[in-house]
Amino acid sequence: MRTVYAKDITKTVAGLCVLANVRLREDVHKALFSALAKETNARAKSILKALLDNAAYAWENKLALCQDTGLPYVFIELGQEVSIRGGDLISAINKGIERGYKQGSLRNSVIRHPLKRDSGSCFSPGIVHVDITRGDHVNLAVLPKGFGSENKSAAVMLKPTAGLEKIVEFVIKSVKEAGANACPPFVIGVGIGGGFDQAALLAKKALLRPIGRKNRDKVLARLEKRLLKQINGLGIGPMGLGGKTTSLGVNILTSPTHIAGLPVAVNISCHVLRSASKRL
Amino acid sequence: MKKIYTPLSQSSIKSLKAGDEVLLSGVIYTARDLAHQQMLNKIVKGKRPPIPLKGQVIYYCGPTTAPKKRVIGSCGPTTSSRMDAFTPALLRAGLLGMIGKGSRDSSVKEAIRRHRAVYFLAIGGAGALLASKVKECRVVAYKEFGPEAIYELKVDDFPLIVGIDSRGGDIFRLCQKGG
Repeated sequence: MRTVYAKDITKTVAGLCVLANVRLREDVHKALFSALAKETNARAKSILKALLDNAAYAWENKLALCQDTGLPYVFIELGQEVSIRGGDLISAINKGIERGYKQGSLRNSVIRHPLKRDSGSCFSPGIVHVDITRGDHVNLAVLPKGFGSENKSAAVMLKPTAGLEKIVEFVIKSVKEAGANACPPFVIGVGIGGGFDQAALLAKKALLRPIGRKNRDKVLARLEKRLLKQINGLGIGPMGLGGKTTSLGVNILTSPTHIAGLPVAVNISCHVLRSASKRL
Repeated sequence: MKKIYTPLSQSSIKSLKAGDEVLLSGVIYTARDLAHQQMLNKIVKGKRPPIPLKGQVIYYCGPTTAPKKRVIGSCGPTTSSRMDAFTPALLRAGLLGMIGKGSRDSSVKEAIRRHRAVYFLAIGGAGALLASKVKECRVVAYKEFGPEAIYELKVDDFPLIVGIDSRGGDIFRLCQKGG
C-alpha cells in the first residue's frame, strides 16, 4: 500500500482550481487560434481575437477567465493500492476547493440548497466522481463548469433501433437551442449508452479529453467529425452573431447499455472550457 | 466607433442601430436574477427600488471577488434571457439600457421599442478583459447576496455591440440564418 495524505490532496485540488480558472486550456487555445485563421466573417474574427486577448490578460494578471468560475467538478482516479491518511477523501477535496477559490479570488457560485436559495452562496461542495483503478496512483482533475452552457445541456432516451441519424438530430437540436445564450463557440461532450445518469456523466467526462485528439473508436471518430461539420454549418458563430465557428470540438464517450434503450446526453461547454489535472 | 455616456436619454440612443459597436462610459449597475426579483417586488408594492432607474443601465453580471490591488475581479455578462420576465416592468419604471449576452424574448423586444430603450451585448467569457475597463466598483444594495448584489461600476470605454435598438431592430435576426 502507498500512503497519500489528505492534506496533499487538499493542496493539489486548491492549486488546480486556481490554475483551471486563470489559464485557458492549451487545446482550447489552439482551437481558438485555428478557428480565427479559418473564420471569414469579420465580426466573428474580431470576437475570436478578443477571446484570445482575454486569455492572455487573464493569465498575465492571474484573473479568472470568466466571472462564472463554475460549479467545481472533481474527477479522481484512485488506485486501489492507495491508502488515504489524515482525513477523509471528500472532505479533503472540498477543503481544497474552498482554499483554491478563496486564494484565486474566484466566485462563490454554489448554493447549498436548490430551493432555499436565501442563505447566500458559497464555494463548496463540489461534485466529486471517484473511479477506483489499478495501481497506486491518484489522478485528480478539476473542471469548473460554467452554468450558462450547463443550463443548455440535455438528455434523451432513444429507442434502441433509433440509430445514428436520431443521435445526430438530437445533438444538433440541442446545439441550436443553446444558440447565442450559452457562449458559442462550444465544446460539445456527448455521452451514449449506460443508463439515464451514466449518459450524462459520460457527456461531462468527454469534456476532459483534449480537443482534436482523435477518438480511438473509428465509428465514433467519424461521428465526431460529422457532427462538428454539421454544427459549424449552422451559422450561429461566436456570440451567436454569425460565422462558421459554432463549435471548437465534439467529443463522444460511450458505455455498455441495455437491449431496450439508447440513452444520449449532450453536455454543452462554452468556449471557456476549463480543466486542470495532476497525478499524485 | 460611437461613444456614449450614462445616464442615457432617449435622444442619445436614438441613432444607435442593432449591430453598431459602441464604447460606453459612466456609471452602470450590476443586477442578476435575485436582485431583479427583489427590485420587482418593491416596484409591485409601490416602493422605491434601491437604485435609480431613470435613464440608467443595468449590467447582467455577478463579478468575481476583486484580487488585491484591483478594482474588480472578472466581470463578463451572464445570460440575459433569465431576466426577460422582469425587464418590461423595469423599463416601465424608467430603465433605458441593459447589457448582457444572448437573445431576448418578444415581450422584452416590444418593451424596448415602446420605451425607446436599448439592449447591448458584451462578449460572454471575456470577463478578465472587461475588468480592465472598470475604474471604480462599490456595493450599493443587497450586499448579503454576494456576487448577486447590486454593484455600482464606473466604466470607461466599455466595449459593447447594440443587440436590440430603440426601434426594435434585433441583431440576432440580422445575423443568423434560422437562429
